[in-house]
Amino acid sequence: MADRSKDARKPPAQIGTTGHEWDGIQELNTPLPRWWLWLFYATIVWSVGYWIVYPAWPLVFSYSNGLFNWHTRSAVATDLAELQQQRGPMIARLSAASLQEIESTPELLDFARALGRSAFADNCAPCHGTGGGGAKGYPNLVDNDWLWGGSLDQIAQTIRHGARAGDDKGRQGSMPAFGRDGMLKADEISTVANYVRTLSGLKTEPGADLGRGGKIFADNCAVCHGPQGKGNRELGAPNLTDQIWLYAPDKKTIMEGIFSGRGGVMPAWGGKLDDVTIKALAVYVHTFGGGEQ
Amino acid sequence: MCPGSDIALAMPAVGSRPGQHSLAALVDDAARTPLSADFEPDQPGDEQPLYAARKKVYPQHVTGTFRRVKWAVLFVTLGLYYLLPFVRWDRGPNAPGQAVLIDSPNRRFFFFFIEIWPQEFYYLTGLLIMAAMALFLMNALAGRVWCGYLCPQTVWTDLFQTIERWTEGDRREHLQRDRQPWTLDRLVRAGTKHFLWLMIAWWTGGAWVLYFADAPSLVRDLATFQAPLIAYVFIGLLTFTTYTLAGWMREQVCVYMCPWPRIQAALTDEYALNVTYRYDRGEPRASLKKAAVLHEQGLPAGDCIDCLQCVHVCPTGVDIRGGPDLGCIQCGLCIDACDAVMEKIGRPTRLIAYDTDLNIKRRQQGQKPFYSIVRTRTLLYAVVIAVVGAVMIYSLATRLNDAVSVLHDRNPLFVRLSDGSLRNAYAVRILNKSLDSRAFLLKVGGLPDADVDVIGSSSFSGADPLIEVGPDQSREVRVLVTARERIGSGASIPITFTIVPKTGGTAASASDHFIGP
Repeated sequence: MADRSKDARKPPAQIGTTGHEWDGIQELNTPLPRWWLWLFYATIVWSVGYWIVYPAWPLVFSYSNGLFNWHTRSAVATDLAELQQQRGPMIARLSAASLQEIESTPELLDFARALGRSAFADNCAPCHGTGGGGAKGYPNLVDNDWLWGGSLDQIAQTIRHGARAGDDKGRQGSMPAFGRDGMLKADEISTVANYVRTLSGLKTEPGADLGRGGKIFADNCAVCHGPQGKGNRELGAPNLTDQIWLYAPDKKTIMEGIFSGRGGVMPAWGGKLDDVTIKALAVYVHTFGGGEQ
Repeated sequence: MCPGSDIALAMPAVGSRPGQHSLAALVDDAARTPLSADFEPDQPGDEQPLYAARKKVYPQHVTGTFRRVKWAVLFVTLGLYYLLPFVRWDRGPNAPGQAVLIDSPNRRFFFFFIEIWPQEFYYLTGLLIMAAMALFLMNALAGRVWCGYLCPQTVWTDLFQTIERWTEGDRREHLQRDRQPWTLDRLVRAGTKHFLWLMIAWWTGGAWVLYFADAPSLVRDLATFQAPLIAYVFIGLLTFTTYTLAGWMREQVCVYMCPWPRIQAALTDEYALNVTYRYDRGEPRASLKKAAVLHEQGLPAGDCIDCLQCVHVCPTGVDIRGGPDLGCIQCGLCIDACDAVMEKIGRPTRLIAYDTDLNIKRRQQGQKPFYSIVRTRTLLYAVVIAVVGAVMIYSLATRLNDAVSVLHDRNPLFVRLSDGSLRNAYAVRILNKSLDSRAFLLKVGGLPDADVDVIGSSSFSGADPLIEVGPDQSREVRVLVTARERIGSGASIPITFTIVPKTGGTAASASDHFIGP
C-alpha cells in the first residue's frame, strides 16, 4: 500500500488552470505528455536528414548533391523508362502489325486509340481541335470528306510527310491565286464563284450568268477539281459538290480563295514522332468515324 | 497556485463529497487527463511544467464476468482477423477464390457473394454511416462499449498485457522487478516478452497483407522471399505500429491520440449506462475496522473500503471513483475486481457497476432507479441504421449484372457528312459484372431513322451491333449515330442507348441527346 498516495488522484486544484474561465468552467492547464515533446524534437532531427539525403544547399557554382544523387529530373526519366518498359510488349505488337491488322484486332485497336488520343492532344489538337472537329482552313477529321484520301494508309502518309511542308513524299499541289496573278478578272471570279455554289446546290445571286461561269470553270478549274467539280485527291483538290467546306461556302470566301489561292500547310511528323505513334495516330483519326476502306 | 484555483471546479475528486457530480462535471472531466496529473510542480507560483512523464501502468490480473466477456471478444475478433483471408469461396474460373479480398490491381473488392466495383464504392459510405450510428447507439445505451471491448487498440493491448503478466509477473511482482537492478532472470523475462510481442505484431502485419492477395500463395511467396517488396514493407510497417501501440503506447493512444474519447464526452448523457462508482453507496470510504468504529459511534460509513483493487486492475490507470473520466475505456474490469472484494467481505456486489448518473441521484433522493433503452436518441440512431441498412440491402439485391453509360463527344458536338446528313459520336461503356464473357445487342432509341456504327465491332445481330465484353470487365466503344432524317437547327433530341444480353436477361439503358447544328 506504499504507492497509495501515488495512485490516488490529486484534486484538480493542484493541476492548475490556464486562468481561462467561461461561466464558471475553467480550463485546466494539463501538461503535454513527454513523449509527444520528444517526438517533436525527433521530427526536427529528421528534417535535418533531408538536407543530407536530398539535393538541398545552394553552393557558389553548384548545389549539394545529396547522398543518393536523387534529382526530380532523373526521377521523371526513371518513371518514363518504366512506362516504356510497361508498354513495351504492346508497342512491339503495334510496330509489327499492319494498320489494317491493328484496326481489326480489338486489343490492338484499344491500345492504339489510347496512344493516339494522347498523341493527338499533344500534336494535332492545336489546329484540328481536341476532338478532330477542325476549324476554318484546318480540315475536320471526323467527317467523311478527305482532301488527300481517307484510307488508313493515306492518312498515315499525310501524317508522316505532311502537306506542302517541303517533304518530297508530302502532299503537293495548291490552289493558284487566279486573281492576284492576273489569270481571272474580278467579274470572272464573281461569275465562277456563283457557278461553284450551284455545284453543291447552294443558292446563287439573281441574274448570275451560270453559263459563263460554267465555261470559266471548265477552262480554269476543271483541271484539278474535275469537270463535274468532284475534286481530285492526287492534287488535294476538294470536292466542290458535297456539303463540306474547308473555308466557308459563302460567295465572299469562295471569291477570296479564287483570288488569292489556297494552300494550307500540314507539318511532316515523320521526323518528329516515332513510327508507332504515327500508326496509332492514323488509326485514331481513321476511327473518328469518317475513315474509308 | 494559479489565481483562479480558489474557484472550485465543478468536478469530483477523491474524497470529495458526492453530489458534486453533475453534467458540468462530465464536461469538465473530459478536459482532464488522469495520467499526467501525477507530477510535482517544480516551480513555485502559478507556473506549470509544459510536459509530464508517462506513469507506467501495471494492470493486475482479474477474473469475473467482464473479464470473460473480454476474453470471448478477443478470441472472436482476433480469430476473424487472422484467419478470414484463408476462407475460400468458389466463384468459378474467372474470379479469385478467396472469400474476402481487396483486389487492388483489378480494382475489385470481393466479400463472400458480394463483388464491389470502384464506382460502387458508395456502399462503403453506407457502411461508414452505419458504423458511426452504431457507435453513437452503443454510446447512448452503454457508454464506451467500443473502447472497452471491440477497439483493436484495446484488444491488442489486452493481449500484450496478458503476455507481460505471463513473462514478467502480475502487478506486484512486476513492480518489484522493475525496482530491482537488471539480472539475467529479468533480462530473459523481458527478452521473452519483447520476442512474443514482436511475433504477434509480425503476424498481425502478415495477416493484413493477406487480404490483398491470394492468401495461401502469398504465404508461400513470403516464406520463399518471392513476394513483392510492398508486401514486406507493409508487414514491417504494421509490425512496428502493433508493437509500438500495443506494447509501449497503450493507454496513451486512448488519452492523447484517439479522437473518440473527446467525441464520447460530448455524446454521453445522464441516461446512458456507464461504468460508474456508486458513490451514494460507497462514501464515506472506510476500512473494515474503521467502519466498525464509525458504526459504533453512529456515524455513516460507506461500502468502499478503499482497497484500490479497482485502480490496480485498470488497464489505463484510472481511479473510477473520481467520476466519469476521459481515460476510462469502460472495460468493466474494475467491476470484476470490486465484486471479488465485496464477496469476500460479505457486502453486496456491484459497488462499481454499469449505471447512470441519473440513477445515483434518484437513489440519493429515495426514488427508484430506472433505465430505458427506448429514448428519442436511441430510437433515432436505430432508425438511421435501419434505413441506411435497408437502402443498402435493397440496392445490393436489385443491382443489375450489367450496366451502360454514355458520354457524348464534346468536340465536335456534331458533324455534317458530305451528303449533308448529321452524325453524333458517343463513348459508350458497357459493364459486364457477370463472371462469364457476354455479348450485348446495342439498341439506340429516339431517332426513328438512324444508322448506328460501333468502332471496333463489326458483328451484328440483325440490324443491331453486337458488342462482346469479357468476364467481370467493362469495355468502352465509340458509337456513331447518323440521322437520316433532317435535323432542325438547335435541335437536341433525347435518345436512349439500351444493351440487351444476347443470351437473354435484363436490359440496361442510359440516356443522352442527339444534337443538331
